[in-house]
Amino acid sequence: MSASVVYALAFYLATAIFIIGVARKIVQYAKTPAPLKIPTMPAPVTQGGVVVRMATEVVLFNSLFKSNKWTWIFGWMFHFALLLALFRHLRYVIPADSFLMPLIGHEIIQAFGKYAGFAMLAGLTGLFARRIFVDRVRYISSPSDYAMLLLIMGIAGTGMLMAFVEHTDIVMLKEFMLGLLVFNIQPLPTDLLLLVHLGLVISLMIIFPISKLLHAPGLFFSPTRNQVDNSRDKRHLAPWAAELEAGRKAGE
Amino acid sequence: MAAADFETPELQEYTVVPKLEEGTMAHSSPFIAKEKLQTPLGFPGELVDNWEEKVITKMDDLRGKYRGFQVFLDSCVKCGACTDKCHYYLGTKDPKNMPVARQDLLRQVYRRYSTFAGKFFGALGIPGFVGAADLNKEVLDDWYSYFHQCSQCRRCSVYCPYGIDTAEISMAAREIMDSVGLGQKYCNEIIGKAQTIGNNLGLPEKALIDTLEGLEEEVEEDTGVAVKFPIDQKGADILLVTPSADFFAEPHVDGLIGYAKVFHEAGASWTMSSHASEAANFGMFIGSYENMRTLSLRVRKAALDLGVKRIVFGECGHAWRVAYSFLHTLAGPFDFLDQSYPIPQHICEYTHDLIEKDALKFDKSENDHMTLTFHDSCNVARASRMGDKPGGQMEIPRAVIKAVCNNYVDMPVETIGEATFCCGGGGGLLTDDLMEVRVKGAQPRMEAYKSVVDNGGVTHLAAICAICKAQFTKILPAYGFGMTDIVSVHQLVSEAIILTGSDDDTSEDSNTNESE
Repeated sequence: MSASVVYALAFYLATAIFIIGVARKIVQYAKTPAPLKIPTMPAPVTQGGVVVRMATEVVLFNSLFKSNKWTWIFGWMFHFALLLALFRHLRYVIPADSFLMPLIGHEIIQAFGKYAGFAMLAGLTGLFARRIFVDRVRYISSPSDYAMLLLIMGIAGTGMLMAFVEHTDIVMLKEFMLGLLVFNIQPLPTDLLLLVHLGLVISLMIIFPISKLLHAPGLFFSPTRNQVDNSRDKRHLAPWAAELEAGRKAGE
Repeated sequence: MAAADFETPELQEYTVVPKLEEGTMAHSSPFIAKEKLQTPLGFPGELVDNWEEKVITKMDDLRGKYRGFQVFLDSCVKCGACTDKCHYYLGTKDPKNMPVARQDLLRQVYRRYSTFAGKFFGALGIPGFVGAADLNKEVLDDWYSYFHQCSQCRRCSVYCPYGIDTAEISMAAREIMDSVGLGQKYCNEIIGKAQTIGNNLGLPEKALIDTLEGLEEEVEEDTGVAVKFPIDQKGADILLVTPSADFFAEPHVDGLIGYAKVFHEAGASWTMSSHASEAANFGMFIGSYENMRTLSLRVRKAALDLGVKRIVFGECGHAWRVAYSFLHTLAGPFDFLDQSYPIPQHICEYTHDLIEKDALKFDKSENDHMTLTFHDSCNVARASRMGDKPGGQMEIPRAVIKAVCNNYVDMPVETIGEATFCCGGGGGLLTDDLMEVRVKGAQPRMEAYKSVVDNGGVTHLAAICAICKAQFTKILPAYGFGMTDIVSVHQLVSEAIILTGSDDDTSEDSNTNESE
């Protein structure tokens, strides 16, 4: 089998694992009741307030900012840079005539995405250094915690090498990616950097639903952050608690 | 059991994050509940034979019942944001007292048996690669030790980027241990008493009545006013549910006298109940929804039997969490109560409303011999609210104190409000067999107190929690402060309030003087 076929199949497999795995976790979180009101107080007293609270957590990492400025700056830098890089990468999977192309393809977006790589590596290096040098963080780190940082550093590093040093055949790559979308396997450039880059991305997609990377969907389901503080005004009752209540009353 | 062979930490100018020292608190474990305490709560009398299996089954069960538990087990990225936030870590240096490490004691078992990564690397013989570990007696012993070194104060949850609350993990761990027969004597004994007698201290109705009569005499002697302490009075408007420590412990009882004086001055019709003579709900400490509900239903029954229109809770931290956040869920709906008042209401809210309406008269100079600071009780600050606005739980008690005292200074901002340090005795730890962790865990609070004693002339620490008050009467002397530095907020109200018709009441005279 050629590299194109191997990578195409790996991409399909990884995408399936990623989508099904994450969807299953989201369904699990959504289906599991939160039987008690446990927002970390002071908490918003309206649903709109919860949206604002959640937004400050998702966009600004508010709680982390309160906790530790170093972890915050490294963590935020990495995540925001990752977002910019992802945005830049969209041009490889959307057709040239798409209405999105003028936006994604705009040189400002592309430049931000390109240079974000430096911020990403800097943030990841900072996080890695904290694991090594801060005794408390070292104590709680497992090998997989380091491995995951190295994996993402590898993705960023190979990506930057391709962006700044050793370009790959971008037209050919785009044809391969667009082909994947319609199950038509096109040849993939075979530069080592690209193959490593894509291999690491595939690995990341596969480990996402079985690792701590679940913090991404997890945050949205965290009852201490997404609950409204209204327990005195509105009765909150989980289905299993209601059953317990009905059983007791019938039994009495 | 380790006796008191430990040294009280030396207080620093401000709290320093220590270098970790492994195993400093591994020996700390509370007494185990015997069969006679376990069985009435529906738990096995001793560690069951196939506990390994049962632990996993119970964990799976809880993951299906509590979204928070499941999400928190999955979401931690080990960023370290919480590692320096727990007062028990700061006071003991034991790394297993860092919130994330405490959670990991349980998470490693979840990872090993219930996730693909843990099973896969476990099969390869390297579960530790993904933070998983086999469940064995050593792990269970660690659980018993370190999940009883968490006061469920939620300080870690404020700083976690995903809101992971170690209290939820601790509660689940304790419920799992109870379910395999490994219960804590202190909590389970108290829950048993509250469920059979009606309060944590096991005070029978007769003793309560005697105590309250004694208080009536004392207050009348002191003030010349017949302030009543009614109990089981049918048809009263307000049911007061207060921690049983308020009936006789110091300084708790001075708070109770304060509530009675406030009700008296407001002309309120109120009563306590011998059936629900306990505000605290230790069912929460052991994570048991059923036990928490059984205890809450006593409050409902008392309210129905006495035909009251309102429920007011006395000064108690974890109790106020259960009352404010859970009571409606556990024992509601309360459609038989007057809907124009919050259900339930905190005594500080009640007093504060009267102060706002100018319905109470105070002589603030009665408290001039003190300079106060306020200890935000962890579960009031981070797990409940008072008033209409978020943060009212911080503002209202302070407003009450400032209305009755001239001298008030706050402790450093990083140690109060949502960042408040626990007293060190909450969450089922207020027992002599855990004295070492209680003393060491109080270090950050004591350091904050010391800073305002040294720099702000503070002489007294006011609190609104029965556990905080009991804990501080023991811990303040250990750190070289006075045992009586700790006061109830309503004790301050009690000192300053001018009762109509009392010897101190000069309002009639002054009115006459003005009109002359």
